Amino acid sequence: MNFSDADITALLLTLKLAGLSTLILLLIGTPLAWWLARSRWRLKFLLEGLIALPLVLPPTVLGFYLLIALGPNGAMGGLMEWLGGRPLAFTFTGLVIGSVFYSMPFVVQPLQHAFTAVGRRPMEVAATLGASPLDRFFTVAVPLARSGFLTAAVLGFAHTVGEFGVVLMIGGNIPGETQVLSIAIYDHVEALEYGQAHWLSGGLLLLSFVMLLTVYGLNRRYTGIQP
Amino acid sequence: MTIDARFRLQRGDFTLDAELQIPNRGITALFGPSGCGKTTLLRAIAGLEKSNDGYLKVGDQLWQNKDLFVPTHQRPLGYVFQEASLFDHLSVRGNLEYGLKRVPAAEQKVSLEKAIELLDIGPLLKRRSEKLSGGERQRVAIARAIAVSPRILLMDEPLSALDYNRKREIMPYLESLQRQLDIPILYVSHSPDEVTRLADQLVLMDGGQIQATGPVADILTRLDLPLAHYDKAGALIEAVVAGHDEDYHLTYLDFPGGRFSVTHEQLQVGQTVRMRVTARDVSLTLEQQTGTSILNVFPARIEELLPESNARITVRLSAGGIPILSRVTRKSATLLDLKPGKQVYAQIKSVALLS
Repeated sequence: MNFSDADITALLLTLKLAGLSTLILLLIGTPLAWWLARSRWRLKFLLEGLIALPLVLPPTVLGFYLLIALGPNGAMGGLMEWLGGRPLAFTFTGLVIGSVFYSMPFVVQPLQHAFTAVGRRPMEVAATLGASPLDRFFTVAVPLARSGFLTAAVLGFAHTVGEFGVVLMIGGNIPGETQVLSIAIYDHVEALEYGQAHWLSGGLLLLSFVMLLTVYGLNRRYTGIQP
Repeated sequence: MTIDARFRLQRGDFTLDAELQIPNRGITALFGPSGCGKTTLLRAIAGLEKSNDGYLKVGDQLWQNKDLFVPTHQRPLGYVFQEASLFDHLSVRGNLEYGLKRVPAAEQKVSLEKAIELLDIGPLLKRRSEKLSGGERQRVAIARAIAVSPRILLMDEPLSALDYNRKREIMPYLESLQRQLDIPILYVSHSPDEVTRLADQLVLMDGGQIQATGPVADILTRLDLPLAHYDKAGALIEAVVAGHDEDYHLTYLDFPGGRFSVTHEQLQVGQTVRMRVTARDVSLTLEQQTGTSILNVFPARIEELLPESNARITVRLSAGGIPILSRVTRKSATLLDLKPGKQVYAQIKSVALLS
């Protein structure tokens, strides 16, 4: 056995974090991407820029601001304390919030592109066939944008699995609460446990590659049936 | 029953300012050059283009006024777009059932079987929609639109994306649609041939406004309107099959101005047919000619003349109340002293049967 109990815990925590973040991102990102794809608002680019920020911002910078916001003196942390809870910094919930911001562009952008590619025509056709706006969204826009959903889910998940800087800033390194795989690898390397680091790193490499292959493979099948 | 529509809407530089009253039956063609606003008008009727200043009543149903805007999905209409726009994620059957499923059972007047039969798409049902040819796709799109049992069928140049042979493939389906379903059709077209063949009424548009509305035979021959002046201008004549001459292999067709003889056609006696008589094929004589090979000669009265160029004149005649166009040289017009009210004989060199 090459994985320690702590490694297994970190693995499960990572999967839970990535799964939950992806789910939340799809729930928030779908209406947001739909709106971005359809809106003709002049200042739309401001929001698009904001969403894309994590693509270029050093994760530590994002993490730093999140730490301030989630801490006892920050807006969100303060709100939590006022509601009788505890600040979100160094908690799993805090990590989920951080991940949602950090992986936002990886979910919103593929969805937005997919919805733009669907275009207005199929929605107009559905309207003339008696489908209400919500009905046609779920029966026409979503199925036609399915490859976008697949890409969004896999990229969002994989990107959250791989996050390091944000976690380190707002989550710290609490086993079972905030210690995710990437942090565990860092710990092993610091402790000169190269063997363990190899196993975890190799596992992540394989996982990431398999996920990307799934996306490209399935997307090729979806587009392959077009004329 | 009529369709009353009034729309004013602005899209960039373009303004649609149209007021329209047409009978709620038969095929009405919205005809005009590209960019004249016919598609915009059709979309406004479907509720796909919103205008604050609009009024629309289809039969006894009010769809839009200043306080009311029935959204597209609640309007009982069928819409056929220029490109078939089938849902690629559904099979042909899935496409057909998409609209049908959303119609309350009490409102279903056209069965899926009927729609499939009318457009002859039974063999395609299990196919994926991307695998169909252009003509097949458009037939499925038309069947999908009529399967919702619409009160009115709106068609936006349904044939324009198709090549000549595909057009000929679909035309007969459109003709039988109208005959069998009794659903009024509003049909956008910029092709005079399509309009002549299919339409009963014509709405002529230009620059976002309506120029004229009326029966197609009238609009085609009105000299104050552009259709009488294009190169292949001509009259549309409806005639009844009177009989066949087995000896000479001819078919006789009666219209109020007389009897046409045409080469034999497989037609039922009593059947109504449409004929197109091109202005260039009609020559005029002052007396009835003898010793001519032309069979179709009818007495007619000159109603109006309008110069086409320095050399040519278009003449509108009335043969038993039916308008016919003739294009003659200005020299002939002078020599024969053609003027309104004058009795002449129209010699028709050839006729084209449209249905």
